[in-house]
Amino acid sequence: MTTAIADGWTMTRRNMTHVVRAPEELILYFSLPIMFVLVFGYVFGSGMQVAGGGNYREFLLPGVFVMTMLYGLGATATGVALDLSRGVVDRFRSMPMARSALMTGRSAADLLRALLEMSTLLVCGLLVGWQWRQGVGKAMLAVGLLLLLRIAITWVGIYLALLVRNPDTVGVIVFPAAFPLSAISNVFVSPELMPPVIGTISEWNPLSATVAAIRELFGNPGLGGDSWPAEHALLLAVLWPVLLIATFAPLAVRRYQRLSR
Amino acid sequence: MTTFEVVAEGLGKRYGPTRALDAFDLTVPPGTVHGLLGPNGAGKTTAVRILTTLLRFDTGRATVAGYDVLRRPDEVRARIGLTGQYAAVDEILSGRQNLELFGRLFRLGRREARRRAGELLERFGLDEAASRSAGEYSGGMRRRLDLAASLIRTPRVLFLDEPTTGLDPRSRNQVWDLVRGLVADGTTVLLTTQYLEEADQLADRISVIDAGRVVAEGSPDQLKAMTGGDRIEVVVRDAAELSRAARLVAPICGAEPELDPVIRRLSVPVLDRVAGLVDVVRALDDAGIAVEDIGLRRATLDEAFLHLTGHRPDEAREPVAAERTVEVA
Repeated sequence: MTTAIADGWTMTRRNMTHVVRAPEELILYFSLPIMFVLVFGYVFGSGMQVAGGGNYREFLLPGVFVMTMLYGLGATATGVALDLSRGVVDRFRSMPMARSALMTGRSAADLLRALLEMSTLLVCGLLVGWQWRQGVGKAMLAVGLLLLLRIAITWVGIYLALLVRNPDTVGVIVFPAAFPLSAISNVFVSPELMPPVIGTISEWNPLSATVAAIRELFGNPGLGGDSWPAEHALLLAVLWPVLLIATFAPLAVRRYQRLSR
Repeated sequence: MTTFEVVAEGLGKRYGPTRALDAFDLTVPPGTVHGLLGPNGAGKTTAVRILTTLLRFDTGRATVAGYDVLRRPDEVRARIGLTGQYAAVDEILSGRQNLELFGRLFRLGRREARRRAGELLERFGLDEAASRSAGEYSGGMRRRLDLAASLIRTPRVLFLDEPTTGLDPRSRNQVWDLVRGLVADGTTVLLTTQYLEEADQLADRISVIDAGRVVAEGSPDQLKAMTGGDRIEVVVRDAAELSRAARLVAPICGAEPELDPVIRRLSVPVLDRVAGLVDVVRALDDAGIAVEDIGLRRATLDEAFLHLTGHRPDEAREPVAAERTVEVA
């Protein structure tokens, strides 16, 4: 157990060193959400309305926080697929290290990365007029929900990479899938203002649960209607990620073990 | 009692209908280099991946450094080094960071890992490139870094899977020298290669494998002898003298020479090489036959391979079976 933690930490440090040595990727992942804030907040924002009223940029920011967590899927999956394609995983597997370290190290490093991205975005948000209105405690809870979602997304990413293995293919899958997933949700537009079918899909989108929950915790506008998912946003924001982790972590571990078939 | 560092008994591994390994046997005594020689798809890499705990097998038994590969994989992993065909290093990290990372994962303390990394970088001529990303290294440098990573804890058994494939002759010689140095220090080496010269240069014993089976095993000289051994070749000045020369040579070598009148050459197998050559020179000289060229030609492993498998080592026998489970993009 102690070796699993020690090896996991060694792998975490390795992945963090990647971020320092090859910061281009990080810059991409930083600039994307900032671009969304600027484009939606200032270009489309004037034409946007929030169901129940309120400032659109203040409505938008929680959505962009969640979208940033979602786009981390690309970083996770590409990173794991790169390792697999370069044969370095074979070296790890031929060494007397804890088997779990490759995945726990990835998960922990991605969480640290997410913290870094979150802090930048929070500052960026404050600059464009977003704020938390319910005190620091609830704001911290909101950040916690975001990180929980990021952990779930990490495991989806690890599984995806083990399934596809080719880093180029991973990129081709992730980004076209991620955009509709964030668009058909309450990230940019209130589901009540969408056509009924799409609105319902949006409300049940796991991303929407976290967005709605953190809007509530931050005290931002756009608290959704009186639908079941909108009324139980906090519960769903915990349940969805836990469900995803419970599904994808065992799948990923099994897939990893199958490398020796 | 002889204990072997590597033992494989009747190893079998199937991928669907393809038998990647089929009743594969191998024993390697300590401190020796054993070569696995065979074409692409013969099962060399499959054998190495099984013995290094990367791949499960269907039938048979295998031990490495005295430990069962299947039941005690961690004991095996603690005692082996693996350098594959594709340099398995982290391309973003620097050379030094790579070795420190692997050192930490080999349970060295932070200071010890740093010290060992420095030592290996110097020994492998990488200290000047130590802070550059491994991704920027040349093929030869990367292979040396890969080899260094396998040696962080001097392994009892080192597996080299086609360690010089794709390297220029100079880098190849460097790798060979490094391997010789390791063996001199007592490491046992299992080497796969499709280069006969490499097996000839490095290996004490060679297993020729084809279609997942060992088709021949022996020292390089024994394998060469299987093709009929060495030959004496004589080129006479006058083609008309060729048959007279053949009549003289036949009783000395105890075999009927093959004649090639076009290039005025006779070729005959010989057992006692030096005495045979001396006798042939003397007999031809006594008979006054003018000789343009005469010499001993050693059998090559290439011929041995052709003889044993019916095809050259660089030709795959059939469509190559999926030898690696992890594809390389």
